[in-house]
Amino acid sequence: MRFGFPRWTRKQDPSARAAKERLQVLLAHERAGGPGPDVFPELQRDILAVIKRHMKIDDDAVDIQMERGEGQSSLEINIELPAARG
Amino acid sequence: MEQDRKAGKVIVVTSGKGGVGKTTSAAAIGAALAQRGHKTVVIDFDVGLRNLDMIMGVERRVVFDFINVIQGDAKLSQALIRDKRIETLSVLPTSQTRDKDALTKEGVESVLSELRESFDYIICDSPAGIERGAQLAMHFADEAVVVTNPEVSSVRDSDRVLGLLQAKTDRAEKGEAVKAQVLLTRHDQARIDTGEMMTVEDVLEILAVPLLGIVPESKAVLRASNLGMPVVLDEPSAASRAYEAAAARLDGEDLEVRLESDRPRGFMQRLFGRTA
Ligand SMILES: Nc1ncnc2c1ncn2[C@@H]1O[C@H](COP(=O)(O)OP(=O)(O)O)[C@@H](O)[C@H]1O
Ligand SMILES: [Mg+2]
Repeated sequence: MRFGFPRWTRKQDPSARAAKERLQVLLAHERAGGPGPDVFPELQRDILAVIKRHMKIDDDAVDIQMERGEGQSSLEINIELPAARG
Repeated sequence: MEQDRKAGKVIVVTSGKGGVGKTTSAAAIGAALAQRGHKTVVIDFDVGLRNLDMIMGVERRVVFDFINVIQGDAKLSQALIRDKRIETLSVLPTSQTRDKDALTKEGVESVLSELRESFDYIICDSPAGIERGAQLAMHFADEAVVVTNPEVSSVRDSDRVLGLLQAKTDRAEKGEAVKAQVLLTRHDQARIDTGEMMTVEDVLEILAVPLLGIVPESKAVLRASNLGMPVVLDEPSAASRAYEAAAARLDGEDLEVRLESDRPRGFMQRLFGRTA
């Protein structure tokens, strides 16, 4: 049996704080308009086109990863180049 | 046992009614199957109401989604998000901005057949309802997990979904059956004891399909969703044990269905003996 304390003295479950933080980060990005639904496909097409002007790469050689963060987000773009011959 | 390693199994998690625990179950069963060593992907079919990414804790990493792949704007490999905790687990998020009509039967079929080549299990998290979105989620399924709460409207909707599974799916059209099992969730023994809630036997008698498992109402589910962890990856609880057992059964293990409890076996239980 636990004795009841007034609601305000009870500690909040730490998982609820995690939920709040995750939501704040996500919603901040969503409300800011974030990158729209077509940004990534377009970005990918443009990157492919630019690289292709200079070297031969496959259409699926571009890999885009993103990590939305609190202060900043990072965009990681990997381009797989064909193996060197010889 | 699955003989052909190249033909992954498609399992839809469906229910008709909303809020019964489909997404929770899809994430937990997917993670449990992956923990058993199977390459597993969980797909969000709830277009416009993306939630699976949050429940699985990958929401910050979504770049491309299911709709981008269907529309040819991204390769499937680019849209799949690999879980950082379990190597064999991936998520295919859906779009939050497109409308439901962006899903087409042909698109869904081609994505699923590509996934069958590299995954052992493909878990489809269905939207609520029995309309187009829910029908697309179940259309190419080999098996179905019908998530049901012991409550009238949920049981009724489950019955309608069971009807659709045997009438409107690809397998049904080919004269084959979709193997359907009921997963009873949010089971609350205290409310069953007071007679407020139907018993497991009541529900099974009405639906007349096999029982995959019983997931008790558990605080662990809310905690796990707060943390962005499928409940089986969080600390052990009655819910995590129930989902692990359900996944083992889906995976072909012959386990008896037990009623798990978060409470230590107290004297009431010792007095009245074991439940289930
Ligand atoms: N076994 C359970 N115990 C407690 N809460 C649960 C359980 N299963 C689901 N819930 C809660 O019910 C709500 C709806 O669950 P969700 O999985 O999103 O359902 P659906 O996908 O069917 O709409 C969520 O708040 C979830 O945390
Ligand atoms: Mg859902």
